[in-house]
Amino acid sequence: MTDTTVFAEERLPGGGHLSFVLKRGQQVRFTDLEGGANLSLMLFNANEKSERLNLPDTLKCQHTAKLTRGHCLYSDMGRVLAAITEDTCGWSDSIGGVLNAAEVEEKYGVGRYQELRNGFFRNGTDNLLVEMGKWGLELSDLTMPLNLFSRVDVGADGSLTFVEGNSRAGDHIELYAPMDTLFIVTALQHPMDPAGQYAPRPLQLTFSRADESVAEHCRTSRPENQRGFINTHRLFA
Amino acid sequence: MSAYHAETAVYRATVPAGEPWLTEVKAGQTLRILDLEGNQAIDTLFYSVANPRERYDVQRTLRRQGNVYLGVGSVLYSNLGRPMLTITEDNCGRHDTLGGACAQESNTVRYALDTRHMHSCRDNYLRACCHDGRLGKRDISPNINFFMNVPVTPEGGLTFEDGISAAGKYVQLKAEMDVMLLISNCPQLNNPCNGYNPTPAQVLIWN
Repeated sequence: MTDTTVFAEERLPGGGHLSFVLKRGQQVRFTDLEGGANLSLMLFNANEKSERLNLPDTLKCQHTAKLTRGHCLYSDMGRVLAAITEDTCGWSDSIGGVLNAAEVEEKYGVGRYQELRNGFFRNGTDNLLVEMGKWGLELSDLTMPLNLFSRVDVGADGSLTFVEGNSRAGDHIELYAPMDTLFIVTALQHPMDPAGQYAPRPLQLTFSRADESVAEHCRTSRPENQRGFINTHRLFA
Repeated sequence: MSAYHAETAVYRATVPAGEPWLTEVKAGQTLRILDLEGNQAIDTLFYSVANPRERYDVQRTLRRQGNVYLGVGSVLYSNLGRPMLTITEDNCGRHDTLGGACAQESNTVRYALDTRHMHSCRDNYLRACCHDGRLGKRDISPNINFFMNVPVTPEGGLTFEDGISAAGKYVQLKAEMDVMLLISNCPQLNNPCNGYNPTPAQVLIWN
């Protein structure tokens, strides 16, 4: 029996940043409210924050460059910080990263708080760093964030192409936490989105309790993930 | 042929198979990393000497060049958005920077739980960092794998191919700032990245 009781809902406005801990056995659903959303994500072990999302480990153990339903998000310690249990848009991007303040100004122009108040142009680096700072984390802890809802294609020659329209209104991605995981997120346009106007899109966050069976298809999708879950379960043995 | 000759190098060190190496390259100097015997992955990280929290940034580097592989002309950017080094010569042709460095923990996931006690790059990194004192675990970030061939498919797959390197292949970089070079000469025996036979590499620096 799967208990999927919703215990919290929260709207993340475009440009916003947020952090929260998913305890073992909880999940979060991110829903793209208007279409074209992008959510940059860093993950940490909530109880030992030197352990963090490692995208290269995540990609190579699942032989993938994109991430979608059935994949696991690995820490540098060989454990599963989160499993992607649902994904209706089919592709999240590991390559594009986040812009810093200078790159945002270069792309969208000057957008200061002094003139724009809370509509000022924010950037992924600072948004993630500010939210990480609230947990005692700093620049060295910001490695490779994952961009949920976004797709970047790689050509035969290695060239990178941002694919527009990867996520539509109502598309959602659900992450289950098999360990206590600190989430750091910000809702900003993907750095390679060619749109020249600063217009980050909002998302809805739905938090619920879940049985680990919701991630069974992730655990069994390949033998690597079975071993990843064995490593993770040792934390709670 | 390169205009740089080994006899005129101001620094020349041979890194034995499976060992770490840490040295500095000054702004304006040229660094060569040489695959002596072939098919050897050289896991490499760069840090600013002035501020060791500033380091090589995989995603910014790939995004700004619009390409997932590193080669001649690639500018290696830092997490603060500044150019650290530029690849000026390369007779190998393709280098990976998505696959990261091997670790005891990732080996248990990738291959088998009982591979935990095989030697690994991230153990090498930690050993070098702890001795140097300026760097620690949190500074060990996604790296470059010189001489490693990890093609990304149009479907978003990641494949590990036999190395395209050979004895005498090298990559050469010009430093744009004073950098620390941190190498693990990869000891991985579970996949073909080192041709199942890790071998020595050489580091040379010219003024």
